[in-house]
Amino acid sequence: MKEVIRASGIGKKFGETQALKDIFFEVNEGEIFGFIGPDGAGKTTLFRIITTLLNPDEGEMTVLGLNTAGDFRELRKCIGYMPGRFSLYQDLSVEENLNFYATVFGTTVRENYALISDIYSHIEPFRKRLAGKLSGGMKQKLALSCALIHKPKLLVLDEPTTGVDAVSRAEFWEMLKKLRQHDITIVVSTPYMDEAMRCDRVALIQKGQLMLADRPQKIREGFGRKLFAVRAPQKYRLLEALRKYPLTETAYPFGDSVHVTIRNNIFDASLNEHLVRSGIENASITESEAGIEDRFLELMKNRI
Amino acid sequence: MRTILYLIRKEFIQIFRDKFIGRAIFGVPIVQLLILVPAVTFEIRNVNMCVIDRDMSSESRMLINQLEGSTFFRMKYSVFREEEANSLLHRNKCDMVLHIPAGLGRDLGTGRQARILVTVNAINATTAQLSWAYLNGVIRDYNMNILVENAGNILVSSMPQIDITNRYWYNEMLNYKHYMLPGILGILVTAIGFLLAGLNLVKEKEMGTIEQINVTPIKKYQFITAKMVPFLVIGLVDLAIGLILGKIFFNIPFEGSTGLLFLGSTIFLISVLGLALFISTFSSTQQQYMFVAFFFMIVFILMSGIFTPFESMPVWAQKFDMLNPMAYLMRINRMVMLKGSTFQDISRDIYSLTIIATAFTALAVRKYRKTA
Repeated sequence: MKEVIRASGIGKKFGETQALKDIFFEVNEGEIFGFIGPDGAGKTTLFRIITTLLNPDEGEMTVLGLNTAGDFRELRKCIGYMPGRFSLYQDLSVEENLNFYATVFGTTVRENYALISDIYSHIEPFRKRLAGKLSGGMKQKLALSCALIHKPKLLVLDEPTTGVDAVSRAEFWEMLKKLRQHDITIVVSTPYMDEAMRCDRVALIQKGQLMLADRPQKIREGFGRKLFAVRAPQKYRLLEALRKYPLTETAYPFGDSVHVTIRNNIFDASLNEHLVRSGIENASITESEAGIEDRFLELMKNRI
Repeated sequence: MRTILYLIRKEFIQIFRDKFIGRAIFGVPIVQLLILVPAVTFEIRNVNMCVIDRDMSSESRMLINQLEGSTFFRMKYSVFREEEANSLLHRNKCDMVLHIPAGLGRDLGTGRQARILVTVNAINATTAQLSWAYLNGVIRDYNMNILVENAGNILVSSMPQIDITNRYWYNEMLNYKHYMLPGILGILVTAIGFLLAGLNLVKEKEMGTIEQINVTPIKKYQFITAKMVPFLVIGLVDLAIGLILGKIFFNIPFEGSTGLLFLGSTIFLISVLGLALFISTFSSTQQQYMFVAFFFMIVFILMSGIFTPFESMPVWAQKFDMLNPMAYLMRINRMVMLKGSTFQDISRDIYSLTIIATAFTALAVRKYRKTA
């Protein structure tokens, strides 16, 4: 498989802040490669380096066989970038925005219409509307259309689903899956762990460092402990109680339950007794499969 | 080329889609012109005078009458005590106090030199000097009359003296509007170019749209050109409107070639647009830009020679004005409109302005980075 991105030892400093440090990874052709990490982890900085907007202080970023620092002119023709913040012209209409980006890339909407038709057809009825007046989901579809209009080989999406409702988010990921048919490699960042499972490979990034990059399934399997999901009506009190339990190693809220790891991976009646003593009755405790978030929290903890 | 044209089209769409700006860019200059040209004037009229006449003779009355007869002075107050006169001066009720001491008539009658005292409010130095000069003229006439009376007409006319006849060239009637309008035209054009163009680029930064533009293959020069051309065109349209209004409302003379005037303004606009874009490359908010731009605007306008003659500025200021595009524009506009200067006459200014325009634009293109 051909590699589309190769990062070798990328480092970037803003003043005293080390935004990125020693980043190594490769993205293969046709992959959907996800970056997961909390806010301020360095995802946007990394994306700005990939899209030639920023030069790394250390290391080398090669995209489509070209160096991002030296061959940025050539590269910009082949990259589609959708920044985290909606950055199309709010005072231009849907159609005008699309035509504008098509022209700027030296192409026309008609030429690449096939590529975007799936996405654009959703907003085409509103083509005369100003972009600033669109809803969040529609803005995102327009931004994606504009990023695709020149048929890029690499699509870079910085938190595309932040601030978008759950239905639109699901739709969005369906669209990304379809784009693979057109041989477009996609790099995407997201703060949502559930979206990580939809990527072909995921990299965990924290405090400017890449902790792990692998297939989501592999990442989950990497969780070395037994994990128990504890459920009870009063979730906050449950969490407090579990954290006070002497044998608890970690306890994190997770959906409707609390994910707990316990010393020696086994629990006995004393846990139940402890919970009852803390005023929590009828707690159900089941063994659970680790999610990517559990793995992430585990890695974070080890790092600190 | 297609890209540049499309970029320019996009700018125009955006400018006129903003209903307020779309109207203001033509409305503001019109209002500015109609207000500023008649209002800004150094002509002095209606200097309020206060007289302390302690003499009460026919001679003192004649002097006062003569002052009253001129259009400049208005005898507003006549008091007897100095304190009263000073208080009027202090309260801004009058601009000038004329003290006529007792004995003026007697002295003149007996062939001795008589004295009067004039106190002028000099808060505004220009007004003070001008009113003093006018007063001087009136008193000179009065002296002449006394001379004629005492010596007899024949004797005075046979005395050798220089008789002066003067003509005011290029502005025969000393019409101040004719002097101001070419300058005001320059200010209008600056306001459009300097403020709007700069703010436009900073707005792209604020909105984040520049981020998306930067990843496109647009070249720096294409981007900067597309930001300059629309405001250049609007500036020149405003200039045309200004000229037409000047003709209709103030009957402004236009001696020189229109083409030359527009050439000068085009080069001037390129220089201020270049500077505006240069400043906007290192401002990240519209507020920052406005603050810096305002500073430059004020310095450029006040030092341009629009209100005060260029020649009477200190040498360092004149040196500084070599970098001030407005100073060139003031000269070019006035020379072309009032004097009918040809390209040869103002070629030095045109060339210097061209160098400035090239330099500012080059700075803007250089400083604008597509990588952060």
